[in-house]
Amino acid sequence: MENSILKVEHLNAFFGEAKILSDIILEIPENQIIALMGPSGCGKTTFLRSINRLHELTPGARTEGKIYLFEEDIYKMNLIVLRRKIGMVFQRPNPFPTMSIFENVISGYTLNGISLSKSQKEELVEDSLRKASLWKEVQDNLHKKGTFLSGGQQQRLCIARSLSMKPDIILFDEPTSSLDPISSNKIEELLLDLKKDYTIIIVTHNLQQAARTSDYTAFFYLGELIEFNKTQALFSNPAKRQTEDYISGRFG
Amino acid sequence: MDKAIKLRFYKDRIFKSGIILLTVLSTLPLLLILFYIVKQGITSINWDFFINLPKPVGEKGGGIINALIGSGIIVFCASLMAIPFGALAGLYLSEYNRDKLAYWVGLCVDVLQGIPSIVLGIIIYLWVVKPTGHFSALSGSIALAIMMLPPIIKSTEETLKLIPVTIKEASLALGVPYYKTILRIILPMGLNGILSGSILSISRVAGETAPLLFTAFGNPFINTNILKPMSSLPLLIYNYAGSAYEDWHKLAWGASFVLIMSILFLNLVTKILERRWRIQF
Ligand SMILES: Nc1ncnc2c1ncn2[C@@H]1O[C@H](COP(=O)(O)OP(=O)(O)OP(=O)(O)O)[C@@H](O)[C@H]1O
Ligand SMILES: [Mg+2]
Repeated sequence: MENSILKVEHLNAFFGEAKILSDIILEIPENQIIALMGPSGCGKTTFLRSINRLHELTPGARTEGKIYLFEEDIYKMNLIVLRRKIGMVFQRPNPFPTMSIFENVISGYTLNGISLSKSQKEELVEDSLRKASLWKEVQDNLHKKGTFLSGGQQQRLCIARSLSMKPDIILFDEPTSSLDPISSNKIEELLLDLKKDYTIIIVTHNLQQAARTSDYTAFFYLGELIEFNKTQALFSNPAKRQTEDYISGRFG
Repeated sequence: MDKAIKLRFYKDRIFKSGIILLTVLSTLPLLLILFYIVKQGITSINWDFFINLPKPVGEKGGGIINALIGSGIIVFCASLMAIPFGALAGLYLSEYNRDKLAYWVGLCVDVLQGIPSIVLGIIIYLWVVKPTGHFSALSGSIALAIMMLPPIIKSTEETLKLIPVTIKEASLALGVPYYKTILRIILPMGLNGILSGSILSISRVAGETAPLLFTAFGNPFINTNILKPMSSLPLLIYNYAGSAYEDWHKLAWGASFVLIMSILFLNLVTKILERRWRIQF
């Protein structure tokens, strides 16, 4: 197995009294695409949001157990540093509506009070937009509001916003579920490109998408991690019955 | 055509015409009032009307400069007090709507909205005018500010509540601290709602007489000291319309016209703000 970047040890997550995730143990390899699958409500989003500690924002929500990013305990890390290292792209595109495309891309810096020179900004914006394969489409309209873009473009803008922070890991929560097939395909291609430089954890309901794009797949069911394996192995030869039922479409 | 269907069709027609008729009937008084005020007031309006003091009884002409300046100052000071507090309270209510305190604050706001303005005037008289020993524009502003709070709080709360959580989360996920997320993302997005709520509340209190009777009191001269009694458009209308002199009635109609037009203007500005500044998300 490749170097592991994220180690999850005995993670439990709660909403109030309700235990949503129980005893998740997982090692995530670097520079790979990891797909999280499972029926609705099984805790994929909760797991993802535990990794960048957005989960604990909900009143009454908490976690137990440990998560290490490069051997460093994320619950002891500075939140700002952690979230710069672990970016997130949401289900629905959510560019900041008061900001232009340009401002959106570097918003992680401006909002955190990190000052950049003009040339640094321009370089960062172009670089991030190129990586998100949006540059060609928007280079002449950088100072228009991000919300004027199409849904798929907005989603790529959000990806660029994450990329600009130069994270180690990017979390995607069903990034294509609100997009049309063409935009989805673009994002999928993009993910394959990004894997050279980033580790990608993606929640998806789309089995084909998981099979096409990911290197590893984790299957969650009722708050437990049922199976984690190379995607090809998991799909062609699932070790657990629930996994087999799920990928053969018998439930979910 | 089937008889039953025909009957239904006619019922629909009658229902629709009924609604339209009632709507027209209910707006008719408003239009008549507006028309009457314009008709009565417009003859008083000329340049002198805006730059002169009211004339003593028996003299023709005169203007309402004291009331114009007074209304401006009193409402401005009231806004200065009400808008920051109202916006912050609205922010609190939308951000922490699960808190117990928020529940009680919300309830208080609803009750506050129902307090008759004359009662507010009397309370400010007891709490501010009496202890300081004299009527003042400031005490009037305080009374108006309290009246402005509920609509500002409500409109801020409603606007901010509409902002999708995911936009806040996008900011937090970038490592931006909570307070900065509020100041740099949430408030700017709500700005148009806060502003239009504020302007609307200004237009509502601009015509209030009752809270000013025992506070700002009125003043036949130009005064710009907020610690002294001050005139205002509704006070001037109240005093002059109630007098026995034709010339003063004319002045009151003119002032009513100016007041109505300003309120109309403010309402238009609000509508434009709401449309132009609509932030889409
Ligand atoms: N804010 C909340 N308060 C209480 N319970 C919640 C909250 N959010 C989610 N849950 C519960 O936690 C469980 C897991 O939810 P989660 O969103 O992680 O599922 P998911 O696997 O992402 O589902 P989906 O595929 O539908 O997105 C669900 O049973 C849900 O009801
Ligand atoms: Mg989910």
